[in-house]
Amino acid sequence: MLTFTLRRLLLAIPTLFVISLVIFLLVDLAPGSPMSEIPLTVPPEVRKKMIEALGADQPVMVRYVLWLRQFFWVEPATLFDGWFGTNLAGGEQRILSWQSRAPVFTIIGQRIPQTLTVIGTAYLVGVLIALPIGIYSAYRQYSLFDQLGTLFAMIGFSVPTFFSGTLIIIIFAVTLGWFPTKYDTNLAVTDWPSFLQQLRQMAMPVMTLGLANAAVISRYMRSSMLDNMTMDYVRTARAKGMSERVVVLKHVLRNSMIPVVTVIALGIPSIFGGAIITENLFGVNGIGAALIGAIHASDLPMVQTLAFIFAVLIVTFNLIADVLYGLLDPRIRYD
Amino acid sequence: MPDRAAPVLDVRGLKTVFRTRGGEIHAVNDVSFHLERGELLGVVGESGSGKSVTMMSLIGLLPSPPAEIRAGTVMLGEQDLLKISADQLRAVRGARVGFIFQDPMTSLNPVFNVGFQIAEPLRRHMGMTKAQAAKRAVELLELVGIPDAAKRLGDYPHQFSGGMRQRVMIAIALACDPDVLIADEPTTALDVTIQAQILELVKELRVKLGMAIIWITHDLGVIAAIADRVMVMYGGQIVEQAPVKDLFANPQHPYTRALLKTIPSLTGAREARLQVIEGQPPIMTAAPTACAFRARCGHAFDRCEVDNPKRHAIDGVALGQGHDVACHWAPVTAEAAHA
Ligand SMILES: Nc1ncnc2c1ncn2[C@@H]1O[C@H](COP(=O)(O)OP(=O)(O)OP(=O)(O)O)[C@@H](O)[C@H]1O
Ligand code: SF4
Ligand SMILES: [Mg+2]
Repeated sequence: MLTFTLRRLLLAIPTLFVISLVIFLLVDLAPGSPMSEIPLTVPPEVRKKMIEALGADQPVMVRYVLWLRQFFWVEPATLFDGWFGTNLAGGEQRILSWQSRAPVFTIIGQRIPQTLTVIGTAYLVGVLIALPIGIYSAYRQYSLFDQLGTLFAMIGFSVPTFFSGTLIIIIFAVTLGWFPTKYDTNLAVTDWPSFLQQLRQMAMPVMTLGLANAAVISRYMRSSMLDNMTMDYVRTARAKGMSERVVVLKHVLRNSMIPVVTVIALGIPSIFGGAIITENLFGVNGIGAALIGAIHASDLPMVQTLAFIFAVLIVTFNLIADVLYGLLDPRIRYD
Repeated sequence: MPDRAAPVLDVRGLKTVFRTRGGEIHAVNDVSFHLERGELLGVVGESGSGKSVTMMSLIGLLPSPPAEIRAGTVMLGEQDLLKISADQLRAVRGARVGFIFQDPMTSLNPVFNVGFQIAEPLRRHMGMTKAQAAKRAVELLELVGIPDAAKRLGDYPHQFSGGMRQRVMIAIALACDPDVLIADEPTTALDVTIQAQILELVKELRVKLGMAIIWITHDLGVIAAIADRVMVMYGGQIVEQAPVKDLFANPQHPYTRALLKTIPSLTGAREARLQVIEGQPPIMTAAPTACAFRARCGHAFDRCEVDNPKRHAIDGVALGQGHDVACHWAPVTAEAAHA
């Protein structure tokens, strides 16, 4: 298992290099200029100076190599320096956002907590409601509960979040007035009332994304349970006199969880992808909002860095899913 | 036969129906039989004749829906297994009745080690602690002839060969010292040498533990080797029942006789088996009103079309105790029987 993990990690390195290059080139091809948000009244010489100052006039390969160095050496070194007071980075230039001139990672550091609290919670809530629904739907296949579960999953599947989110805003914020329409990023949770306020403002985005996630995962759970429910070993467990609870929640569930855990792990990077629409809809100032903002401003370093981080997350969680699979299924041997 | 003790298992008038979208399937039709203490009862019949469904009906192993037990009593000692609650039935399964299935490759749970799977019934039915159950599990594995038993408790099913897995299944079925062991084609999925080893093991365990066994098989050769008494099933009914010697010496039912013609030698290839009988076994979409075998029977006459034959004794002994057959044409003499 350890050798497998190490081998996969080594393999990930060339993969990620290729991905980084592709991202860099693709993003660079996109039309737009970092000056597009600068007023037209600024004279061309000044614009030229500004572009030079950003380093945006350099050929793309030069910028790519610089970015690589910054991403893999300067940024980790800076982080290390920040923790231990060393001076590894030696004052080298970090990856700067063309839009705000601030280091890209500083901006990401500010945005990530917003994304994790809202979108991460939504994913967790989605998983927690999906598993019992999936299990019970399978156990009572074609029952009323199962039919309702199917309906719920169809809705979650087929209605895009920008629509269900808008609907939820209209129902719960506009009509019922239960929750605030706008997410207040600056709210600091210091006491009970502010905590409640945080919960209330999280409710709608969590509902929107949670519904979508629960729909997908509950289907996986259900079909995996159904696949296993008719297996011979289930009959053996019954023939041993095991209670229905043990048969279903131990024998069947343990087998059914293997593919579902994989699906859940593989879905985690999509937390960040899914964030893009939902964050914009509810005004959560997270990583998705940062990406959209950077795209609008042709802030290439920001877009490239974020896209690459998504790629790293996807590769990482693929690996995690494989390792989990091996841990859960004794039949899998990786070496 | 004078003064026989009460049988361990006494099944009367069992009737099991599957309600499917395409209509009802009458898989078991008025089946009655009993099992003596320490006896090995062989059950033979073609695929689809209702052997498995009959045995699974006894201890509520059929999924319901679609299965529905319409009638009958299943007396295990003083208890009618068809009347008791689901909880009481669970206390019987795995404790007083052990079950071994056909396919050892899929009958064990792949994600639990065999130690756990053997310990489960011990802990549930005998209230053993983890340590006691582990100790007993080692004894059981030794009993069924698994070498290095203590070391193998932590192994998973995929680490065992097919024959070894079937031994583990036997260990599980025997864990709580059942009165009755039901083995549903336990060797069909194994190759011939392994099959012979498992048969030897069961013969030996029978003597050691003294339980009664119901052994389902396609293979009359196996029956001849281990059974005391045989029951031949066709179309969800028992068509002939006799002590094993009588059945082989004096087969009555045309189906039994056709079956006997299909056995090769006792050790020969198993492939040619039952397919030799022309035609297909029936799918019973209704309770039988005519002989289920009539379409394939060389002796069929007009009565067979309108009257489902009842079992009748041919040796003057009470029905079920000696040799009986369900056929309008029988009885025939031993010489005629082999013609
Ligand atoms: N779940 C089910 N739904 C509908 N019909 C069923 C079901 N299980 C069994 N049957 C029917 O019951 C009949 C008897 O099947 P059974 O499995 O008892 O045969 P068998 O004698 O054990 O055959 P085999 O030798 O192949 O194991 C068959 O006709 C089969 O089609
Ligand atoms: S009852 Fe008739 S059809 Fe059935 S086996 Fe006997 S002779 Fe053949
Ligand atoms: Mg069968």
